[in-house]
Amino acid sequence: MKPNSHNFKLNARHALDDKQLQRALAKVPGGFVSKRADARAALPEFDALRDKARDIKNHTLEHLDLYLEEFERKVTEAGGIVHWASDAAEARAIILDICVMVDARVVTKGKSMISEEIALNDHLEAADLKVVETDLGEYIIQLRGETPSHIIAPAVHLNKDQVEEDFRRVHTNLSPDRQLQEPEQLVGEAREMLREQFIATDVGITGANFLIAETGTSVIVTNEGNGDLTQNLAKTHIVIASIEKAVPTLEDAAAILRVLARSATGQEFSTYTTFSTGPRRPGDPDGPEAYHVVLLDNGRAELLGTEFKEVLRCIRCGACMNHCPVYHSVGGHAYGWVYPGPIGSVLTPSLIGVDEAGPLPNASTFCGRCEDVCPMRIPLPKLMRRWRAREFDKGNPPAKQRFALKAWAFAARRPWLYRMGAGLAMPLMAWRGRSAGRFSSLPFVDGWTAHRDFPAPQGRTFQQKWRAEKRKRSRVSQGRGKS
Amino acid sequence: MSTASDQLNDASSDTAPTVGLFVTCLVDLMRPSVGFASVKLLEAAGCVVEVPTTQTCCGQPAFNSGDTKTTADIAKQVIAAFESFDYVVAPSGSCAGMLKAHYIELFDENDPWHGRATAFAARVHELISFLTDVRGMTDVGARFDGTATYHDSCSGLRELGVKTQPRKLLSSVGGLTVTEMTDCEVCCGFGGTFSVKYPDVSNAIVEKKTANISASEADLLLAGDLGCLFNMAGKLKREGRTIAVRHVAEVLAGQLDEPAIGEGQDMS
Repeated sequence: MKPNSHNFKLNARHALDDKQLQRALAKVPGGFVSKRADARAALPEFDALRDKARDIKNHTLEHLDLYLEEFERKVTEAGGIVHWASDAAEARAIILDICVMVDARVVTKGKSMISEEIALNDHLEAADLKVVETDLGEYIIQLRGETPSHIIAPAVHLNKDQVEEDFRRVHTNLSPDRQLQEPEQLVGEAREMLREQFIATDVGITGANFLIAETGTSVIVTNEGNGDLTQNLAKTHIVIASIEKAVPTLEDAAAILRVLARSATGQEFSTYTTFSTGPRRPGDPDGPEAYHVVLLDNGRAELLGTEFKEVLRCIRCGACMNHCPVYHSVGGHAYGWVYPGPIGSVLTPSLIGVDEAGPLPNASTFCGRCEDVCPMRIPLPKLMRRWRAREFDKGNPPAKQRFALKAWAFAARRPWLYRMGAGLAMPLMAWRGRSAGRFSSLPFVDGWTAHRDFPAPQGRTFQQKWRAEKRKRSRVSQGRGKS
Repeated sequence: MSTASDQLNDASSDTAPTVGLFVTCLVDLMRPSVGFASVKLLEAAGCVVEVPTTQTCCGQPAFNSGDTKTTADIAKQVIAAFESFDYVVAPSGSCAGMLKAHYIELFDENDPWHGRATAFAARVHELISFLTDVRGMTDVGARFDGTATYHDSCSGLRELGVKTQPRKLLSSVGGLTVTEMTDCEVCCGFGGTFSVKYPDVSNAIVEKKTANISASEADLLLAGDLGCLFNMAGKLKREGRTIAVRHVAEVLAGQLDEPAIGEGQDMS
């Protein structure tokens, strides 16, 4: 996917002007936020579990090489094959090779953000494979030629009437008179269309929420059951996962699962939690004949040991974006690459560079809600600030901004100059704004005054007035002393 | 229960703690009345208040722009000016959070400034939580006839745990009813330089906030941070809404002579 993060400001403007999008986004805070709050309130040890989850992942990341090798060993023992991909191109090539090897024509897919990151669908389609997304949200956006706008709710930017329109446009073999207004009707129709594909498929591709080292197991959590059908009905199952998905043991995966669904959707557990270990064994009633795991690095190993390493704890629950006022306002596409919201604002510059993604870590009010709800306790604002520092060191911010900051910093480090300047400027500004009490336009902050008034200052500064007050107080106390 | 005047008498005793008031740049420049309200409340809580003249700003504009060198210079200046006081108090959760939570991050553990920043951080408090949690104030002895709604500013709420303290003190104000707005803990969209860098997004966020404020049907909007208050007041005024906007310290100190934020002399 070609990044468009450098255009965040323009993307955001378009998003704010998009009435359909704004209508869809208005529903995000109510649903996700209140459900998570309820789930959290119902589990007294929730915060202790967050600490535990953080510690598990920190430990894993410190010994990631060992756990990945153990994972590979166990997958191999179970009859599967592990492939190591250092970047997106390698991962795409490995997956296409497998598809070609088994003479595949149809590929079904469970939801996978990594497949978005490596732009897998385009690559497979260019090789004349039919690729079918089977997660309902992914299916919808595939029909529309769009990318996900949310990491767990890819079509959250759409309204149901838009989906109805798409289904009528694409599912032309169905009666044009059918009822399709209700969500249940839309789900039923998608299910019907997808069943055929599950049967026809040759290769099923899923992501992974966890890779368990001690057993060589990949784990997916879903709510629709499409993941299970994807990986069980195809002859070949390919798991595509990034290296930080590793955890040492089943116990560890179970511990993190307890915070995952609660943080994501407010469920205690997602409807399906599916563990896959190797291909079908003799005597197994079902399962794929071949099981591959493609382990993707794509810049992550380089983050280990850096000031950004904590971002690798992310379990992709989406809580940060569900609680982000900026995400609520502009949606996911404005972020211009795969991962939106606060996690995207840290991960995107980490993976594709701050020159492209510089606006993202700046697109935060630092309200801190993301860190507050992150089940893995990732200090997202701090990491965004570190990207701002990197950007500042490179001299990337616009000249106007740098000049303003420099001028301000010059005065802020010279209290006498600051006091003098403020003592002259504020009374003047107050005099100009006194009768109205505010300015409807002001130079230098025209962005602010385009939407808001700017309240006028009261007049002399506190420092000026306090000096006068102190003189008055000392005269009073001296007067008292004389009497 | 101690009242404001009881506590005022304590101030003259020898054991009265010294408080260095970190005025904050916005209060200093834009709304000195909040500074005087702070002084009044602190003195009522039995403190001796001083205002070091070498303070300018907490450094957040530089810090959040990624200019760590300038931030560290400013942090040193603030620490040096304030470390001799028993307490350092700011009428802002955002600035107090900067002093308390972030100065330490600026210095390497081997740097002597790291130790000074750590000792300094232990003395720093946001004004309202200092009054209740450290000084045990329960009754401010003020009066305001009307209904107020309170916005929880992000840094105070999430970095310093300021939530119940202002509501506790507001409940002691005679004639005042506090009514909660929907999403009082959601950001107002100010975000310091964010409001200037991304004015459109900032505006979209504050629009939701002003809708919630208006729906609360309060006569008065209160918060503990002037940045947020200026943002919300600016939007409310532009929308032509009549709700008055003030810093919570102004009401607690009973200092209401100055026009509310964004209101002119002729309207007061």
